[in-house]
Amino acid sequence: MTEQVHIAHAPTSFIRKYIFSTDHKVIGLQYFFLALVAALTGMVMSLLIRLRLAWPTEQWPLLEQIFPEGFKGGLMQPEFYLALVTMHGTMMVFMVLTTAPQSGFGNYFLPIQIGARDMAFPVLNALSFWITLLSFLVLTASLFVAGGSSLGGWTFYPTLSAIPSTGPGQGLGADLWIISIALFCIASLLGALNFLTTTLNMRAQGMSLMRMPLTCWGWFTTAMIALLAFPVLLAGGILLLLDRNLGTSFFNPGGLSVSGTLIPGGGGSPLLWQHLFWFFGHPEVYIAILPGMGATSHILSNFARKPVFGYRAMVVAMFAIGLLGFFVWGHHMFISGMNPRVAIAFSVLTLVIGVPSAIKTFNWLGTLWGARIRFTSPMLFAIGFVSLFVAGGVTGLVLGQTALDVVFHDTHFVTGHFHLIMGVAAIFGIFAATYYWFPKMFGRMMNEPLGKLHFWLTFIGVYAIFVPFHILGIAGHPRRYADSTGYEFLRALDPLHVFITVAAFATAAAQIVFLFNFFWSLWKGKQASDNPWEATTLEWTIATPPPHDNFGAHEPIVQHGPYEYAVPGAAKDYTMQTEP
Amino acid sequence: MLTKRGQTGSDISFASSLLILPLACGWFMGRLLAFGIWLVALGTLAFFAVSQTRSGWWFPEAISTHSGALDGQMKLTLTIVGIAFLLAQLALGYVVWRFRARGAERAHYSEGNTKVEIICAAVTAVVFIGLAITGQRVWIGLHLNQAPAEAVQVEVNAQQFLWYFRYPGADGRFGSTSPKLYNEADTSSGARPGPLGIDAKDPAGKDDVVSQLLVIPAGRPINLTLRAKDVTHDFYVPALRLKQDAVPGLKINLHFTANKEGRYEIACAELCGQLHHQMRAYLEVKAPADYEKWLQDRAPKQ
Amino acid sequence: MFSVRMLALIFLTAALALSLSCGGKKEEATPSSNAGPVWKPTGDEGNITGVISFTGTAPAPRKMEMENDAACAKLGDQFLDDVLVKDGKLQNVFVYVKSGLPQANFETPSTEVTLDQKGCKYVPRILGVQTGQALKITNSDDTNHNIHPTPKLNREWNESQLKGQGPIVKKFAKQETLIPVKCNMHSWMLAYVGVLSHPFYALSAADGAFSIKGLPPGEYELEAWHEKYGAKTLKVKVDAKADAKADFSYDGASAYVPGSLKVQPALVLP
Repeated sequence: MTEQVHIAHAPTSFIRKYIFSTDHKVIGLQYFFLALVAALTGMVMSLLIRLRLAWPTEQWPLLEQIFPEGFKGGLMQPEFYLALVTMHGTMMVFMVLTTAPQSGFGNYFLPIQIGARDMAFPVLNALSFWITLLSFLVLTASLFVAGGSSLGGWTFYPTLSAIPSTGPGQGLGADLWIISIALFCIASLLGALNFLTTTLNMRAQGMSLMRMPLTCWGWFTTAMIALLAFPVLLAGGILLLLDRNLGTSFFNPGGLSVSGTLIPGGGGSPLLWQHLFWFFGHPEVYIAILPGMGATSHILSNFARKPVFGYRAMVVAMFAIGLLGFFVWGHHMFISGMNPRVAIAFSVLTLVIGVPSAIKTFNWLGTLWGARIRFTSPMLFAIGFVSLFVAGGVTGLVLGQTALDVVFHDTHFVTGHFHLIMGVAAIFGIFAATYYWFPKMFGRMMNEPLGKLHFWLTFIGVYAIFVPFHILGIAGHPRRYADSTGYEFLRALDPLHVFITVAAFATAAAQIVFLFNFFWSLWKGKQASDNPWEATTLEWTIATPPPHDNFGAHEPIVQHGPYEYAVPGAAKDYTMQTEP
Repeated sequence: MLTKRGQTGSDISFASSLLILPLACGWFMGRLLAFGIWLVALGTLAFFAVSQTRSGWWFPEAISTHSGALDGQMKLTLTIVGIAFLLAQLALGYVVWRFRARGAERAHYSEGNTKVEIICAAVTAVVFIGLAITGQRVWIGLHLNQAPAEAVQVEVNAQQFLWYFRYPGADGRFGSTSPKLYNEADTSSGARPGPLGIDAKDPAGKDDVVSQLLVIPAGRPINLTLRAKDVTHDFYVPALRLKQDAVPGLKINLHFTANKEGRYEIACAELCGQLHHQMRAYLEVKAPADYEKWLQDRAPKQ
Repeated sequence: MFSVRMLALIFLTAALALSLSCGGKKEEATPSSNAGPVWKPTGDEGNITGVISFTGTAPAPRKMEMENDAACAKLGDQFLDDVLVKDGKLQNVFVYVKSGLPQANFETPSTEVTLDQKGCKYVPRILGVQTGQALKITNSDDTNHNIHPTPKLNREWNESQLKGQGPIVKKFAKQETLIPVKCNMHSWMLAYVGVLSHPFYALSAADGAFSIKGLPPGEYELEAWHEKYGAKTLKVKVDAKADAKADFSYDGASAYVPGSLKVQPALVLP
């Protein structure tokens, strides 16, 4: 069923082909590997964070060898702890959760799934990647400057972040953080433009919008969100940079005194940043999760051997989530000093956004109802995604209520909530997509038993890590505490911290199974056929791995919707989109 | 060209296949996954249930007049959320258990059911929006009412990494302060201008009392005014069920009534710098007579 | 396909290189050297001795409020030690040669100066070090501190020192009198470090006396500095192998407005 197409104008030199490439597939892989490196870095940081929380007074001479500044006398310094918290958050949110599902898989598969030869602006696409890489390098560099990385948290609230003397890492480290994020915003903006144009203009004949796979809808909606959200963060970042370096006062209300030194300036408001940041920050949650929702819907349908339940409702729900996501940012600010009347409106809208999320969950269950499920590794991760999405989503009903947020705001209940839904649910989406598309991307199958082992260890592991976080929050444990032993009301929670740390190390160790499987399969995996999963969408109609210009001279003509499985009367249980 | 259905084929060595072979079998996998999901769901709820019986693993004791209503709403919400979580996970486990692949048998072809869809959405919307609206009662009581005129006034001053509490003294008025007068080094009792920069020339400030402890009378409304000197902090008292940012440049009011005497911890809940986790103070709720005596003992000697 | 794997390899190598480079090296502050030869004593050096007297009324002892930190509060009554007057003599006045020294490099002592955090105070409160000399900071308290000097010329830093943690050793590269050192955890903690490029400085003792030894003959400008009562200067002529006298006097009424009021410039242009 593959056509051996002559590849025209494919670059041949290694540099042109794999480094400064404008091929969307290579760029997708570049993003993917960047995210992989960032994910591993972020994971190591989280383990160091866990070490400190479980055993705050323990000395680690070995770690002092590696981090002489961070572990002075073998003790992890609180400023190093907070720098790790900041870097872990920033690394994971921007370099992993935004990069892998959208820029990585989106780049690789959006053009193929809609039947395009490449993205609409290939050079712009390459530029996006290189700016993202630069952003990653600038962020990483902040670890090595005097004072270390910023300790402002990934939310970077001024005036802590606006005044360099407020702590170690608030000097050059904080400037680098802002520059890195500003670069990332620019890259994401360019990427979003490219995705939108590609989706709207480059679809093959017969590929109407409502025949696009839900993955494409996920990427398309995400790109729309990114286009509207990132400019706001970019603007905020530039204002903050001006405040820090050129003496403006956008976020400085005046009359501030840090360590007995009066800070000049005045007339600004620290709340302005919170509004700008969360106007971006809340939609960012959906930027991280929508591509995962798309991939999950796609993979569930594939291995359920059944059409997606309520395709149209899924599209509408995705759009509703994306749209409503711009009207709920205030729920991060209930206790910030914002007008409490406004909080009520934000609270109600926040719970309204639960409705399309619930619709998606119903439809996933509906897709599985009456299915003939094939339990492959990607399917396990997709089902895991649904489970984690529910687990992380329901606590949103607690946090979205103004009065209850008074209790839980900035406690580990929040940490547990967003790690489940935005962290590991999205990561499960990435894993599902990796296992699913690995054969197409690399021409080899990943090992199934190892994939299943990886799923089980990770699935149990993340629940073991993040469910106890909710208990910490219920007992009142604030976030971002380098040490809780000074508080009487937190003393009883020490064993819980140890439990979480042990679970975190075990789960991190389980990722070695994935890494081994990934790299081993890259070289030694079983050769993959063109359509190993018996799927219906366009990427499975072309050769494995896809040639440089995807479809070559034979542009596909789309005849069917994306999920025509088990069509009554059809010869086989799946009808590919291009089949007459 | 196409591989066989289900991708159960294994390509690692025979010995390791034997170890993991059961995982690759569809029937077994469906059962295992269903059990796995149910186990995780029930385990999560069991964890919550056990935590309630352990001291220090559940909500701290509540000592404010609004905490009853708040804890009630909390209990209602957590119950609804727990039920929703359990139902969704049970359903997910059930479909995984029941609808595994069986030979060449095809799945049931269905593109959805609008009626079911609308009913589900409507039920969810009613529950969610209902929760959102009932949840506002406590919030309105806390934040949309003014403190009664007879409330005890206390100014809460946050800075890296400690708290100062200022009482207006006998005249009921706070003396004026200025950042230009801050003297961090002199925290002695009655110091002028002291760390809060109280203007010694302002007669209203002569009898102001500055303390590192927050001492309040039980049963009387308290009106706090939150201020921050350098960065954003957060006044957080778990026992009071209160949390409010103290923002530089803003004076934020917060009122409550505590009804149980004792000593409770005050924490900072907004990241404020390297020693954020050490920014602790104590709240002492005293009988009104003891409170008056404490205030008189602290009053600056004229 | 081989080359896509190469891509993976490149990223892995980059990641590995990144993680290996994690153990960044400590930077050492090196003293900025003056022009001129290394100074050597010739044998005909003289000394300056003096007494700091105090007139007027000294402030009454003020008890520190330390209830925020249980470890500090349990130490019992602690009093503010910014002004120490006994029998009309003022302690803790930092006296140093401000100008008049020959153009030369003065050898950096190999001995360490210790600044301890003890009883939720800095001990000593006022101290002098030479540029490039090691300042050893220790924490003898049962609580966590952070040390935050706010210099104008040297590099600002801010590091935590947890209870039980070993000493932190720091150096200052440039001459600067005097750098306030603060603990953000305990706002009342304050120390001043005088950083000088030469060894000619002293601190007045409890009896108000100080002495600066081993000065080459010449005319000098001497400055006395007290954190509360400010700076005073005096011209002193030192003869070969002789003791010169330099007495200072402070008046209790002349105290300037308390507080560490410094306004940070809005924009520093190079």
